[in-house]
Amino acid sequence: MARMKFLCDAERCIECNSCVTACKNEHEVPWGINRRRVVTLNDGEPGERSISVACMHCSDAPCMAVCPVDCFYQTSDGIVLHNKDLCIGCGYCFFACPFGAPQYPQSGNFGSRGKMDKCTFCAGGPEEDNSAAEFKKYGRNRIAEGKLPICAEMCSTKALLAGDGDIVSNIYRERIVGRGFGSGAWGWGRAYPAGTSG
Amino acid sequence: MSLRKLFVALFLLAFAFCPLALAQSVRPPDNAVNQSAGERAGVSNTLGSNSQSDYWRNLRGGVRGTVSIPDKNAGVMVQSEGWHWMLVRNGPLKKYGGYALGGVVALLVIFFLLRGSIKVESGLSGVKVLRFGAIARFGHWLNAIAFVALALTGLSLLYGKSVLLPIMGPHAFAALSSGAKFIHNWGAYLFIIGIIWIFLAFVKKNLPAKEDIIWIAKAGGLLTKGVHPPARFFNFGEKFVFWSVVLCGTGVIITGLALLFPFQLDFIPGELPVHKMQFASLWHAILALYLIVVVIGHIYIGTVGIEGSLDGMKTGYVDRNWAREHHSLWLEQLESHSNQKKAAGELAE
Repeated sequence: MARMKFLCDAERCIECNSCVTACKNEHEVPWGINRRRVVTLNDGEPGERSISVACMHCSDAPCMAVCPVDCFYQTSDGIVLHNKDLCIGCGYCFFACPFGAPQYPQSGNFGSRGKMDKCTFCAGGPEEDNSAAEFKKYGRNRIAEGKLPICAEMCSTKALLAGDGDIVSNIYRERIVGRGFGSGAWGWGRAYPAGTSG
Repeated sequence: MSLRKLFVALFLLAFAFCPLALAQSVRPPDNAVNQSAGERAGVSNTLGSNSQSDYWRNLRGGVRGTVSIPDKNAGVMVQSEGWHWMLVRNGPLKKYGGYALGGVVALLVIFFLLRGSIKVESGLSGVKVLRFGAIARFGHWLNAIAFVALALTGLSLLYGKSVLLPIMGPHAFAALSSGAKFIHNWGAYLFIIGIIWIFLAFVKKNLPAKEDIIWIAKAGGLLTKGVHPPARFFNFGEKFVFWSVVLCGTGVIITGLALLFPFQLDFIPGELPVHKMQFASLWHAILALYLIVVVIGHIYIGTVGIEGSLDGMKTGYVDRNWAREHHSLWLEQLESHSNQKKAAGELAE
């Protein structure tokens, strides 16, 4: 069985935010919630890079580990999903997630949290595939339709890759070889900076 | 030349060359060369031609980028603190908290088996003395009810997943947890009122006194039969519970309010709101677990531990012999005053 993964190629991402927009539109994500965002590092300076971030569907997901009602589950494809019927909106997954993926609609006054919302890898939730109930709570289930996440499908530069982890890393490996830079070896950037004899 | 004029001039110039640009061939010029990947090293990448592992590793340290969405804190790509928060909460906090809770219950069971319920040794006299007025008792029970509700709902949030969830099943436990969260969020206000109430009602009587040292030295007479160190209105054990509840309770309230209004109240240290919440939630749990351990002891002593103790909080009156054994100095003072025709009730309050 394939292990679904996201990979954002920082050498290609141009911060067009199409992934963010496509995601919001596809799933009709409520106001104030962005299941995906684009972070730009060193904005406007040499070495600027942008990366699209969402739930990474971790193998050993911290959100699953801390959820007090155990509302998370991982599919056989490695996609981390959650059951909004069980979620109590305690905020713990938000505390634990390194990528800031879980978000909450405001359900009342004083910032009280509603049911948590996050990227589903376009795989919906526990409801029947492509049912109205599933769409309302989790958005479209493209995986059940045999499609890959809309954010990666829409990506204009193919910076964002989503799908079988083996295929994704093969594509990335080919790109790295083709570029011919960035050995990835630790400490090289500091020890042998560009412009020296290398 | 002003900047504006310069722009206009440049614009016109660009316009003038436009037809030329349009006419340009899309084919590469004659002097163009095809570079192989190796030849374009260095200049093609603004990060340099070498390893960028440092650049990316720094992201784990919470490097802040920019985002175009309204939540600017989303610019922090990775918050590694969450991992530590998870390790503490699911690790030592849960483990040692469990040991402390189980330990205090085990200790009390052993204590009960060895010492039994500590009776009033001289027997009940049947003469009642006013100990707690209505205002004091109301404050105590308000605080007590709020505390028990908060403690049980809080414990179910920390331990329910491993204890209740396997028994109840996911849906029943989620419904229970949802209710628990509601009770916890609103019971908090009763607890705040209760803490202020008992503080005002009892603070004077809980100031340290020299008798406390003797009381500590004799372990309150709890371990030996027939030993009753002198005490005023409150003995050291009661003062310990009082100050634990007031001080740690205040800590629990402060951290709890920060969690109740996560993005509005801002008095917890931390760079990002999520850091503040992690900090607050850990201290909230640590202080609360400590308080629960203390209060389990308090409830034991107040009910089965020492005969006649509960009466004071239930009816307001205690047996005169109970008062003589446990609060000798208070009774002496009380009776010398009432000899002077002063109402004991006023004082007891």
